[in-house]
Amino acid sequence: MIDKLLKGAPRFYAWLGLLAFIIMIGAGAYLYQLLCGLSVTGLSRNVSWGMYIAQFTYLVGVAASAVMLVLPTYFHGFKPFRKMLILGEFMAIAAVIMCMLFITVDLGQPQRVLNVILHPTPHSVMFWDMLVLSGYLLLNLLVGWVGLECEQQGVEPPKWIKKLVYLSVIWAFSIHTVTAFLYAGIPGRHYWLTAIMAARFLASAFCSGPAILLLLALLLKRLTRFDPGKEAIRVLSIIIAYAMAINIFFYLLEVFTAFYSQIPGHMHPLAFLFSGHDGHGNWINGWMWLAAFLGLFSLVLLVTPSLRNNEKILPYALVMLVIATWIDKGLALLYAGFNPTMFDTYTNYVPSLTELAISLGVYAVGALIVSCLWKIALDVKKEAGTF
Amino acid sequence: MKRRQFLQAVMATAAVSLVPSLPLGAAPGRETFSEGSKALKAGRWAMVIDTRKMNDPRLQKKVIEACHSRHNVPDIEGPQEIKWIWTDSYDHTFPEQLNNYPAQTLTDRRFLLLCNHCENPPCVRVCPTQATFKRDDGIVVMDYHRCIGCRFCMAGCPYGARSFNFSDPQEYVKTPNPKFPMRMRGVVEKCTFCSEQLAKGELPYCVQASEGGILFGDLNDPASDVRKALLSAISIRRKPSLGTQPGVYYIL
Ligand code: SF4
Ligand code: SF4
Ligand code: SF4
Repeated sequence: MIDKLLKGAPRFYAWLGLLAFIIMIGAGAYLYQLLCGLSVTGLSRNVSWGMYIAQFTYLVGVAASAVMLVLPTYFHGFKPFRKMLILGEFMAIAAVIMCMLFITVDLGQPQRVLNVILHPTPHSVMFWDMLVLSGYLLLNLLVGWVGLECEQQGVEPPKWIKKLVYLSVIWAFSIHTVTAFLYAGIPGRHYWLTAIMAARFLASAFCSGPAILLLLALLLKRLTRFDPGKEAIRVLSIIIAYAMAINIFFYLLEVFTAFYSQIPGHMHPLAFLFSGHDGHGNWINGWMWLAAFLGLFSLVLLVTPSLRNNEKILPYALVMLVIATWIDKGLALLYAGFNPTMFDTYTNYVPSLTELAISLGVYAVGALIVSCLWKIALDVKKEAGTF
Repeated sequence: MKRRQFLQAVMATAAVSLVPSLPLGAAPGRETFSEGSKALKAGRWAMVIDTRKMNDPRLQKKVIEACHSRHNVPDIEGPQEIKWIWTDSYDHTFPEQLNNYPAQTLTDRRFLLLCNHCENPPCVRVCPTQATFKRDDGIVVMDYHRCIGCRFCMAGCPYGARSFNFSDPQEYVKTPNPKFPMRMRGVVEKCTFCSEQLAKGELPYCVQASEGGILFGDLNDPASDVRKALLSAISIRRKPSLGTQPGVYYIL
């Protein structure tokens, strides 16, 4: 099926070329970081994780979100998602690979990464995270690829694939739960030390991931005339609306506990995010208010049926939702985990240009993988008459 | 090449490229430095800092220099600094001791901070490679050859005791001590409770330089200096509510 990549429109190759160019820039930046160490990042002794780990966390959510298509299809026999299923599975593959790349570029000694396998450490959540992520990658590769092959040959997928699909649903929940446990079990970091972290992660994943998927699918519809189907779009946007409502609800629960209890440790990280500290603003404040506004506004658009079902308005709502959830997880989560610091002080963190270039490069790798896999999938569908 | 040969070749190359990532030397056992017969031993090593005596800036500087110079701790300015032992104010050292009107003797004092060698150390719990581990005598040490530089331990330590080598430390060590290993870029480091000194039968450098202001001994031994000191004066530990059981006590 790989041969499908060899026959494409010039537009497709131009797009791949652009991605390759961005990847080259990212690779150059990474080479620079390898030569100089992580000193070229904005990270510090007090804020020791930043952009990379934040993107990793966000993308685990994107990877897990494929389940929002798989679950209704296989557990409830909901047919309209069948056509898009493969897109979700292939996007999950790209997301997991990006996750792994973000972890790798964050390591101080990347060539030793196999030490995690050579010295398995069950009491470390990171060990489990590595296991569940690799497992999830494998599951999606198998399910996606074999499923597509069967579609090409016009046969039903084998029985064992169906079993793996059921497994992948449970697995998807596990990857984001375990990723939340990286944070939620750390004593002394108040913003992270909360039992609702895993639930919040899942809620934000199940709105942002499908939103990205739906946006890309709508884009495909314009570019290739691939139509995910009216019913699929309608139901997926309902799922997104519910997940976003739960996501915002969970966030407000955090806000309530912090500010009604008035316990300083709980209040300070949130106060820092929205208003800085000791009278000093911080660059994150504007982003947080933007996220709050976009999040709420997108929710209003999504819960109103007439607006949600309007294909002109829907993409805007989705874009706003993606930006809001990205700020929450891809910027704020890490920053507020480290501020206030362990000394009840504040340390500024701004990602450096190198960090941004590397991150962009990793995202471009993800886009490249999605583009190629989706191209294969769509061409196969065209031939098989399931387009 | 046949498929099988090809696979064999791949495996062989993979095996070779793996070798450098294996920890050099022996995997860390319960002890990190080979011990002579004079080695000091304890059930649970602990430190008692008499902050009344250790409030002297000259003495603090002496103690910090004793540690940093012997352990090749690089002298880096700015937020990417590396430090094993340092000083800070009362409210930064004990942020949980909220008091609007603390005694001036406390707010005037500077306190020495270092790794607490926690009995229940989160840094050990989170480390995915066991590069950070706890010895039977309570000392939390690191294997710099195994550390992958993921910095999970820095997120996990509630005391900010750990530093990461953002750049090559060699350039920042003015007079290296050849008897102590120099760390490499990309690994985490921290105070070791001078396990290498204990193996030789000597007390930690900071204790030696403290002119009696810092005591070091076995918490499990009721007759030890540290136990006697704790019995006779008021002492506190940093963030005790987190359940880490710090092994560094501060006499106020
Ligand atoms: S003070 Fe921090 S680094 Fe030291 S043992 Fe405790 S948790 Fe680990
Ligand atoms: S940075 Fe090194 S010591 Fe710290 S958790 Fe990672 S591997 Fe362990
Ligand atoms: S015990 Fe040793 S390593 Fe730790 S601060 Fe004192 S001198 Fe430094």
